[in-house]
Amino acid sequence: MPAVAAALLALLPLGYLVVRAGDKGAGFAFDYLRRDSTSELVLRSLGLTVTVTVACVVLGVGLAVVTTRIVLPGRALWMTLAALPLAIPSYVSAYAWISALPSLAGFGGAALVLTACTYPYVYLPAAAALSRTDPALEEVARSLGRTPWQTFRTVTLRQIRPAVASGALLVALYVLSDFGAVSLMRFDAFTQVIYTSYRASFDRTPAAVLSLVLVVITIAITLGEVRSRGRAQQWRAGAGAARRPVPQALSRGRTLATLGGCVAVALVSLGVPLASLGYWIVRGASLDLDWSRLAGAGATTMVASGAGALGCVVLAVPVGVLAARYRSTGVRMIEQATFAGHALPGIVVALALIFFGTRYARPFYLEMPMVIAAYVVLFLPAAVGAVRASVALSSPRVEEVARSLGRSPYGVLRTVTLPLAAPGVAAGAALVMLTCMKELPATLLLHPTGSETLAIRLWSLTRVGSYADAAPYAAALVLLAALPTFWLSHASRQRHHTEELSP
Amino acid sequence: MRTRSSALVVAALTVVATLTGCGSDADLVIYSGRSEELVGPLIEDMEEQLDVTIDVRYGDSAELAAQLLEEGDATEADLFFSQDAGALSALAQEGRLSTLDEQVLAVVDDHYQDPEGRWVATSARARVVTYDPAQAPEATDFDSVDDLLDESYRGEIGFAPTNASFQSFVTALRITRGEDGARQWLEDFSALEPAAYDNNVAVLEAVDEGEISLGLINHYYWYQLQEELGAEAVNAKIHYLDSDDAGALVNVAGVGVLTSSEATGLAADAVEFLLSEEGQQYFADETAEYPVRAGIESTTYDLVPLDQVDGAQIDLNDLASLDETLELLDEVGLT
Repeated sequence: MPAVAAALLALLPLGYLVVRAGDKGAGFAFDYLRRDSTSELVLRSLGLTVTVTVACVVLGVGLAVVTTRIVLPGRALWMTLAALPLAIPSYVSAYAWISALPSLAGFGGAALVLTACTYPYVYLPAAAALSRTDPALEEVARSLGRTPWQTFRTVTLRQIRPAVASGALLVALYVLSDFGAVSLMRFDAFTQVIYTSYRASFDRTPAAVLSLVLVVITIAITLGEVRSRGRAQQWRAGAGAARRPVPQALSRGRTLATLGGCVAVALVSLGVPLASLGYWIVRGASLDLDWSRLAGAGATTMVASGAGALGCVVLAVPVGVLAARYRSTGVRMIEQATFAGHALPGIVVALALIFFGTRYARPFYLEMPMVIAAYVVLFLPAAVGAVRASVALSSPRVEEVARSLGRSPYGVLRTVTLPLAAPGVAAGAALVMLTCMKELPATLLLHPTGSETLAIRLWSLTRVGSYADAAPYAAALVLLAALPTFWLSHASRQRHHTEELSP
Repeated sequence: MRTRSSALVVAALTVVATLTGCGSDADLVIYSGRSEELVGPLIEDMEEQLDVTIDVRYGDSAELAAQLLEEGDATEADLFFSQDAGALSALAQEGRLSTLDEQVLAVVDDHYQDPEGRWVATSARARVVTYDPAQAPEATDFDSVDDLLDESYRGEIGFAPTNASFQSFVTALRITRGEDGARQWLEDFSALEPAAYDNNVAVLEAVDEGEISLGLINHYYWYQLQEELGAEAVNAKIHYLDSDDAGALVNVAGVGVLTSSEATGLAADAVEFLLSEEGQQYFADETAEYPVRAGIESTTYDLVPLDQVDGAQIDLNDLASLDETLELLDEVGLT
């Protein structure tokens, strides 16, 4: 039941979009879809999505291998640095790049910034998977004559594929729904055109039609991910304690080259945005900063994003547990449904909630619960993925034993499944929380009148060009978002399988 | 276990209760597309003058307009304060704005209000050319945006393609020169490889630092930069084009009262306050915009009087035809 409720909430925007897209009759919608510019737009957005996703997979898996399987000076530091770009909102990074290098505008700039901001979505699960896969299989492959590279390709990669695929899915959907980076880079992606359509014609129909196309693309992508995840079992079969893989030593030259690569990634993803922030903070050092206002915005950010994370996890647990344990059509549809809102631009989700809120939930309208509902619609999939992945790591045999010993199904869930999955679920909550902190468009339209978050303040100051005044807010946002990120990168290294019970 | 679950339920209810207020209890609610940094102090003055409490939702003008359209009669908003005329005329066309009192409107020139009285301008801004006197001293002789179309300015002109004011200028170009004339100018402009910036401030700073020699901006950014850094520290200068040129377009910010407002009396008082001498003096002194009420002069900024620049007289409701403008900009590749 709660799983169905989660799916229904996630489907709200879809209902709204159908209503709005049909405003001028189905004929208008179809004519609008048939315009050349619409198909061009689809190609452009897909091009960006594919480019960024592939780049993130290469970068994320590469860094994961480097930080988990290779003897590297300062390995723990690199592990943290590799995850940290998650704390930097794409609009902050895009602004830093475009103000340093105006010629970067366009496809290249958008791809660069989005890759730099989202590769940790792949890196974190890949690194976690790599550091916990038992090296036994790889050793067998090596002893049977495979070269290290063949072993990596045919054994290691195959083992971490589900983890990489779920990260790649989050990247792809993030790219489709991102507005900040593409608008600053002036790349006409879906979201950019949807926003422009609201702004230019004050007509909500074309925007709704385009958003529906976006939903269709999202569903196609999630179906692809489900297929790529396959039916692989991830809990360990066979008795004996799992070992941790031992990092390999490289030659001096290769170690230096690897370090160089790590430094380059850190400079692009962290160095440039932080340097730009630093520049503005120094430039604005003489300005009076209203500390109590900064603290207030910080507190509101924490409360809203904390509640958003909590809401997401509460709704994600039933969906995630079902998805990990049963692959029936019904379950698959529920899981799919939770992804519906994820690729939609924040403004569309916000308008959908305005539409329903003013009609059916007036007491909550423009109150915190509306903001939290928007966060749930937007970010539920990240939490569902985390729950599913961590439940899948524990063997269903343990649950069967508990059942056979007389526990009720609910009792098993509460005392066995969830405690085993708890670290993964908490990591999912952290991921959602930091994403909520950075969210702007939906927060801006739905926040209670008179309250403000760091992201709102940042937007409000930068739009009047007060970059120096805005810098402390951007810094506070990055610092706050870095907390869950630190925790996330730490937690992802601690996860283990449950052992198969010996017969 | 049972005690723990009931404790959880109580905790959850408490959180919900604290998170849920009971809507705005202020006397007046304003949705403002103008930023808090620009109009916040003015609204505080208004609270004091009218002796009321006011809640303001700040946002982007167009997004707030979409929100107001979606909220319909359920909106809390009494007043919509917009950065440009386009969002106001969109709301007016959907029948969301009520007719304002004629006496209140009488202090404003007809050109700066909706012909049917559903919205009124509160301040105006002019498009200007900013130039680096070391690199392009001849800019003082420019009459029209055509004077920018010179091979010597290849890569030297800054503009902000995504900025609403730049797009309004292009709309004005379409209205004054026709579609073909506008396309011709944009193609010639684009051929000179102008430098695109994120916003007007960035364009002005690039000119001020000599990175480029010319820029297309709104007048008040330059006055504000002067105020911020001191007149001597600003290298860039501005030049007003001939008043009948689209490059000297005067655009407005304005206000309208929602039809669903239950505080119509207060809302009317608020509009009256914005158009009062005190309200108008605020725009002249604080934001360096042009007052729309005659006889107000800025005491802080040395503004060129509005009646010397307000020549590009187009119906400001026409600025809502932004769709065609964006399509044109897209075609010539200036996005």
